Amino acid sequence: MPELIYVAAAIMMGLGGLGAAIGVGLLGGKLIEGSARQPELAPKLQVTFFLGAGLVDAIPIIGVGIAMYLIFVVAG
Amino acid sequence: MAAAGEELTISGYIVHHLTNLTYGKLPAGFERHAVDGGTEVVPEGGIWTIAHGGAEASAMGFNAIHVDSMLWSVGLGLVFCFLFRSVAKKAESGVPSGMVNLFEMIVEFVDSTVKDTFHGHNKLIAPLALTIFVWVFMMNFMDIIPVDLIPHTLELLGVPYQKVVPSTDPNITMGMALGIFILMLYYSIKVKGFGFVKELTMNPFNHFMFIPVNLFMEVVGLLAKPFSLGLRLFGNMYAGEMIFILIAALFSAGIAWMVPAGMLQIGWAIFHILVITLQAFIFMVLTIVYLSMAHEDH
Repeated sequence: MPELIYVAAAIMMGLGGLGAAIGVGLLGGKLIEGSARQPELAPKLQVTFFLGAGLVDAIPIIGVGIAMYLIFVVAG
Repeated sequence: MAAAGEELTISGYIVHHLTNLTYGKLPAGFERHAVDGGTEVVPEGGIWTIAHGGAEASAMGFNAIHVDSMLWSVGLGLVFCFLFRSVAKKAESGVPSGMVNLFEMIVEFVDSTVKDTFHGHNKLIAPLALTIFVWVFMMNFMDIIPVDLIPHTLELLGVPYQKVVPSTDPNITMGMALGIFILMLYYSIKVKGFGFVKELTMNPFNHFMFIPVNLFMEVVGLLAKPFSLGLRLFGNMYAGEMIFILIAALFSAGIAWMVPAGMLQIGWAIFHILVITLQAFIFMVLTIVYLSMAHEDH
């Protein structure tokens, strides 16, 4: 059933994006909270924020890559 | 471009772009399909040759090397060495200018990151971090070069496959992660001595009954570090490359698609500049953090 590959790719991208959105949302919110409380720490927190965002971002991006591979190479 | 003699399809185009130039030993009895449709059986003892296509590369098994990844990564490493050497020779106590300024910024940035995260005493860490950051950045930067430029030019010169981004090859990223894993083990044993064994067996449950459970949990945790380190860089770069290839394939869809494809290309390239820098930075920071953990004696 090659049609299921499209469903698999959609679930892969959707759930990955959902998780990362929640993760980056929490991160960004806490960053603003933290830098509002202690503005002098803001640049330091920003570096850590980008590190965290990069770690969170990795999984959905990998998911998108695998999903594209499934859609265009395996199914196509 | 699809392999010579095949019809150009989107999946063929993508697969062609994702195939490494592999040099290896074909086993005896393997049937090679030539471009003109003929079949050639590999004689007794096998032959060392360049693979034409994924089937031949996988038939080579262990006796194979990705020539393009090796050449590009080692070449970029040499470029890094020569660039930094020539700039370091020009450095003086006055106000820096141009290239010297840029390179001083990079060195200072890496130095401050190492000082913030690494608290042991080790002269290796800062140069290692600088090498990893710049080298991974340069390998990732090959992604920004238009996907068809180098492979197609080389194909016209007779090279069948070419994958120019070394960090989209798991062999390269996992190889780097393996090197860091060996350093982690080396410094753990050197700094902690017997304490390393104790850390693996008496943590988190400090009772001799729990040694197998502790050992299992700690070893899994230890092995997961280099594994996720290598796979994260590979996955990010592979996915980014995949999207660049798809955008490039979009150009073939007709005149009407040219403008949106071009805009997509620019947009993704700008976003990708952020991603490649971030991934190089993350690889460096995680290396420092893992090695810092190896130096912490409880």
